[in-house]
Amino acid sequence: MALSPLNQRRWRNFKANRRAFWSLWIFLVLYGITLCAEVIANDRPLLVSYRGELHTPFLRFYPETAFGGDFRTEAKYTDIEVQCLIRSGGSLDCWDDPEGVIAQVEDGSRAGADPDFVQGWILWPPIPYSYNTINDLAGPAPSAPDANHWLGTDDTARDVLARVIYGFRLSVSFALIVTLITSVVGIAAGAVQGYFGGLTDLIFQRIIELWGSTPSLYVIIIVAAIFTMDFWLLVGLMVLFGWTALVGVVRAEFLRARNFEYVRAAKALGVSDLVIMFRHVLPNAMVATLTMLPFIITGTIGSLATLDFLGFGLPESAPSLGELTQQAKQNLQAPWLGFTAFFTFAIMLSLLVFIFEGVRDAFDPRKTFR
Amino acid sequence: MADGGSPGALRKPLVSVRGLKMHFPIYAGILRRKVGAVKAVDGVSFDILEGETLGLVGESGCGKSTVGRALLRLYEPTAGQVVIGGEDIASLPPDALRRKRPMMQMVFQDPQASLNPRMTVAAIIGEPLDEHTDWDEDKKTARVYELMDQVGLNRRFANRYPHEFSGGQRQRIGIARALALNPRFIVCDEPIAALDVSIQAQVVNLLEDLQDRLGLTYLFISHDLSMVRHIADRVAVMYLGQIAELSPREALYARPLHPYARALLSAVPEADPTLEATRQRIILKGDVPSPANPPKGCNFCTRCPQVMAVCRDVEPELAEVEPGRFVACHLMAMDTAGGHASPGAEVREHNQQGEVK
Repeated sequence: MALSPLNQRRWRNFKANRRAFWSLWIFLVLYGITLCAEVIANDRPLLVSYRGELHTPFLRFYPETAFGGDFRTEAKYTDIEVQCLIRSGGSLDCWDDPEGVIAQVEDGSRAGADPDFVQGWILWPPIPYSYNTINDLAGPAPSAPDANHWLGTDDTARDVLARVIYGFRLSVSFALIVTLITSVVGIAAGAVQGYFGGLTDLIFQRIIELWGSTPSLYVIIIVAAIFTMDFWLLVGLMVLFGWTALVGVVRAEFLRARNFEYVRAAKALGVSDLVIMFRHVLPNAMVATLTMLPFIITGTIGSLATLDFLGFGLPESAPSLGELTQQAKQNLQAPWLGFTAFFTFAIMLSLLVFIFEGVRDAFDPRKTFR
Repeated sequence: MADGGSPGALRKPLVSVRGLKMHFPIYAGILRRKVGAVKAVDGVSFDILEGETLGLVGESGCGKSTVGRALLRLYEPTAGQVVIGGEDIASLPPDALRRKRPMMQMVFQDPQASLNPRMTVAAIIGEPLDEHTDWDEDKKTARVYELMDQVGLNRRFANRYPHEFSGGQRQRIGIARALALNPRFIVCDEPIAALDVSIQAQVVNLLEDLQDRLGLTYLFISHDLSMVRHIADRVAVMYLGQIAELSPREALYARPLHPYARALLSAVPEADPTLEATRQRIILKGDVPSPANPPKGCNFCTRCPQVMAVCRDVEPELAEVEPGRFVACHLMAMDTAGGHASPGAEVREHNQQGEVK
């Protein structure tokens, strides 16, 4: 895809801003890693070799019976018995003395004790816990960071690092989806208002004033009380109250551009209003829109955290950074919770702000670099 | 062109405007109530014959451009009829209007502003084709090249952007775009006002040339009286939203009948220094009244050197006083009644430059 000369210049300007450029790469790497969170942090192994056959439990469902067990429910790979069954090839001794059998497998003496023995193995992800794995701990629940749980566990004995990885993905994805939909709706509404102007504009603007003064937090709390909140319902609610953010900017740009001579020329050519809006007017509104987007993205991340912190956001089990913050507040004796939440937010928002600062400057026609 | 009289009697009118009014409302107060209207165009009627060029002249703010835009319904006219090719443009529903657009086009004043800076020349000229035809890419490209040849643009420039061209070339792009759909009628809204004098002749000659080849009909809006004299067959002089005089070119320039037309044309500099030295210039006193509050009676009564009592009371109608010449003035009625127009306040202007050309 060839970039237009203008966009090439913008890309050069963006690259000239080192902080923004590196922030973009770090953010992309972090977001890329968290996008494959299932491979990074999961309580199901990536690959299992049982009696010479390969299984991929993180992708597919295998009942315990597939590994010589009794239950037709999904195999619980964290159980020592299941691990023993896989590694020993389904030995019945695993029900009595799993640790002993595993020790025999490891020192190579198992083949002598069991003629039916087939060596198996389990490949775990780097972090063998998912965001909702409830771990068996020796001590009380929020446990301090140690070799197993690098960032400790939260008050329901779930691994904090796993929750942060999933939480990062959830926050950023949520913000991106909400921003995308609010931008589309906001630009469309602002475009109609600004392009047609007059009475349309007047009425629409009053509606937006009324809509914008609705206390959205209360509405979300009420809806949260009626329905079980889930990701898409929350996206819908955020869009419902967030679309007005861009309308003002886009409307202003359209009001300015609709009287351009080339827009009038297009009208004289008989070009339809929709095409004029897209082809001739919208490009003028793009720069102003782009400078607004960062505020919407960071704002959305903040709103999601706020709702989760207050307990009106995503359900308890969802890996949410806001919920982590709330736990940190309730468990001041466990400072790793608070620090983790703080640094995650700080790094995520700083990177985003740096990136968008660079984008904004790159789109500023008056700013010159080198 | 030797058609000084009224050759149009044989040809039928392509454009016929009747009682066109374009009022822009003024809102004021807390309730934004309509308190009045700027009467930019206030009851204008004229015909443009097939294949002719009608010049529309007048000073700034007299409503020339508004007439042009209202004719193509870029503004919604307040009242009146605009019949182009048998259909009333002023009352067509949007869909029918869109289908009608190919036959009437416009060339704009500022070629810099009327071309989208983000589009290439090929895209600009091809835009009307995208909208009104279902041709494939090859056919469109061929047509774009043909148009570029017609207006004298190098085909190699097809993928350049408007800012890479000079003013005259940009105006050629604008003309090529207007020609894309084979229109019959083109409104030229001061097409040369933003160009260098050296380029103006090129563009006007191009327009004349295209008219000869394609049989176009022009409404040529300009405040450059010499250029209008060069290109127009008939000329309408506008003052404060109304037509003061509409006459064949030669007759108007030789002997303007309306006092305003007389004053306006006395401002045209003469190329011949001996004639220029004896040129009688009529200087009008005062300013143009606000179009929001035009004077009672004749629009020109506040500045007319030959004003009479009746002028302040009764609005004169545009009437044919001589074959092919239409004038809106009470003096004409007096003249035909045997009276004689007084010479008025004429001021002699000396040409200090004494230019020789």
